[in-house]
Amino acid sequence: MNISRNIAIGAMLSGVFTIAALVSFVWIPYDIEALSIAERMRTPSLAHPLGTDHFGRDILSMIMMGARTSIAVAFVAVGIGMGFGVPLGLAAAAKRGSLMDELIGRGNDLVFAFPSLLIAILITATFGPSALNAIIAIGIFNIPVFARLTRGAALSLWKRDFILAARVAGKGSAHISVEHILPNLSNLLIVQGTIQFSLAILAEAALSYVGLGAQPPTASWGRMLADSQTMISLAPHLALFPGMAIVLTVLGLNLLGDGLRDFFDPRLRNAEK
Amino acid sequence: MKFKLLTSVAALALSAIAAKAETGLIVGIQLEPPHLDPTSAAAGAIDQVLYSNVFEGLTRFGPDGSINPGLAESWEISEDGLTYTFNLRDGVNFHDGTDMDSSDVVFSLDRARAEDSANAQKALFAGIESVEAVDPLTARVTLSAANGGFLFNLAWGDAVIVAPESIDDIKTLPIGTGAFEFSNWVQGDQIELARNEAYWGTPANLETATFKFISDPTAAFAAMMAEDVDVFYSYPAPENLPQFEADPRFEVLVGSSEGETILSTNNKMEPFTDIRVREAVAHAIDRQAIIDGAMFGLGTPIGTHFAPHNPDYVDLTRNSQYDPELAKALLAEAGYADGFTTTLKLPPPSYARRGGEIIASQLRAVGIETEISNLEWAQWLEEVFRGKDFGLTIVSHTESFDIGIYARPDYYFQYDNADFQQLMEDLTAETDPETRSALIAQAQTIISNDYVNGYLFQLAIATVVKAGVEGIWADAPTQAVDLTSVRWTN
Repeated sequence: MNISRNIAIGAMLSGVFTIAALVSFVWIPYDIEALSIAERMRTPSLAHPLGTDHFGRDILSMIMMGARTSIAVAFVAVGIGMGFGVPLGLAAAAKRGSLMDELIGRGNDLVFAFPSLLIAILITATFGPSALNAIIAIGIFNIPVFARLTRGAALSLWKRDFILAARVAGKGSAHISVEHILPNLSNLLIVQGTIQFSLAILAEAALSYVGLGAQPPTASWGRMLADSQTMISLAPHLALFPGMAIVLTVLGLNLLGDGLRDFFDPRLRNAEK
Repeated sequence: MKFKLLTSVAALALSAIAAKAETGLIVGIQLEPPHLDPTSAAAGAIDQVLYSNVFEGLTRFGPDGSINPGLAESWEISEDGLTYTFNLRDGVNFHDGTDMDSSDVVFSLDRARAEDSANAQKALFAGIESVEAVDPLTARVTLSAANGGFLFNLAWGDAVIVAPESIDDIKTLPIGTGAFEFSNWVQGDQIELARNEAYWGTPANLETATFKFISDPTAAFAAMMAEDVDVFYSYPAPENLPQFEADPRFEVLVGSSEGETILSTNNKMEPFTDIRVREAVAHAIDRQAIIDGAMFGLGTPIGTHFAPHNPDYVDLTRNSQYDPELAKALLAEAGYADGFTTTLKLPPPSYARRGGEIIASQLRAVGIETEISNLEWAQWLEEVFRGKDFGLTIVSHTESFDIGIYARPDYYFQYDNADFQQLMEDLTAETDPETRSALIAQAQTIISNDYVNGYLFQLAIATVVKAGVEGIWADAPTQAVDLTSVRWTN
């Protein structure tokens, strides 16, 4: 009961923003690159359901375009994390105790040792602020998360009988990793991927907030918040709506991640029943 | 007894608070000075803290931009305009107790105009042939050519009188002759000044003055609302001003500044080498939308690089009125019918960041794509000002009467026009006021007709002041927060 409710709410919230982002490719209510200063800071109305910002841009359109930025950044960043982290973790587990395992492990520790947002700021400040650099910065910090998770889970799988059977059958460790270990990790990776996705959205918002993420005129929730900061007493809706968008998306993804974890975990699932 | 003691302690505490409020002033400014020597850096923050408060020149700016006597009580100018004889005030001491006399004037001016001088405005002193001390209270300056703006030049913060005894430590321990002496600098936070009890002129009313550095607009708002600062000079967020105006605790002073805010254009970079492209940019810009959108209505449109409050200002805004169709036609004529892409590099102030987004949208409407990058001041100085690696940028030129920068081909926007350079030389040599006005008008027209830069608006300066503070300048003829005659009325 509980499990499905988490999943339902989470899927609904994250679904709304995903759909908003997808719709923005074919249609948005107003062009956000054409400013109309005379129309600025309007409160919500029929013409502008969420009002207009300090440049007279439609906030609903901005949020839809911002959803696209957030989701695209988070998707690629988590993709980088999985794409590099999972193979590293599999390799480390397959050669447990080897020099490679040691190197990968210490490499992970090294990246973990840095405060991630600070390094992201360092990267974007060094190579120039842009959405691409934000993606790379966030992606790099996703690598050790997935590498560690994969290694830990894979190690326990390596001790199982069916792996032993595969070895006896003469399969190499690379083969076993891909064919037997990885499929057994997929649930775990989906759950972790969902959580990392929400963290990446937060990280993108934070970087854009300090001016190091997507650059104007690309819409970004974090920059919408930063821009409306000094106008909060003048027009609170300017900050309210992008803030809500961040909160609801991140909340949705976390609920979804939690729900999926419970769903995939047979012990928890049985306990509920 | 105990009760009595408590009340007297409370009364004492109260009177201490009241006394503090009446004799000290905390001023918020946006930027921290990189160091404290106004004679070796262009940073406006140095003058904001020290000009007139700690350092004084032979002449000084008044609140309305007039040139008043400073350390020179009076002066005589020879018939040919080449020799200036300054009569210095008697009994002026530096804060370290040493005398200020004509040898200090010789030292200061010679240091500023020396070959290896680090002065940010060496052009101010370029016409000086020699400086000599006639007697301790008389200094004579000989110019190589008559210069009608010489007394004005000497009023700049870059021309203040410093002493050879204290010059080595000036960057951290500024020793001047002003009504306040430097007392402490907490890096990253504040600079404290204390009243100079041995001041030669009318002593300051304030016992102490503290300058706090608050660059974040949100923090500035919070600090002002919490009354942590008494005055905020050049308040960074114009959208908050109506709120301060409505609040009886505060007063908002809106004045004119010397800041011509321009869309600086790299005249040596394709396609801006073509005057038609620059003209197209000028016609693509809707100034009023920028003033409303970025500055919430604060600012006066300009059509050239000159302050509208100056009597010699010529209104040339019609020369570059908003006309996107004309802009497109000009682009097509120049061979850019499909537009082009360039860079737009923006420093931190809101006029640049917000103005930049508006200009990007206006330029896009005529086919010019801009890649916006937001830079910190240090990066901007490095990449744009020194490196000249930019297509467009937005910046406010806050020095007064700085049209002369257009005669410097190596200046960052790289405008090179021999006629204009000749005109500036003529202007420098001219002393007749009427001829000068005509030359100045001509100079304004040339740069407007050449569409050197996009001329946007004259920056208005808003200073938020706590009720009961009197004597803060509304206008900013130079970058200064002159506290010498500021006082509390309550």
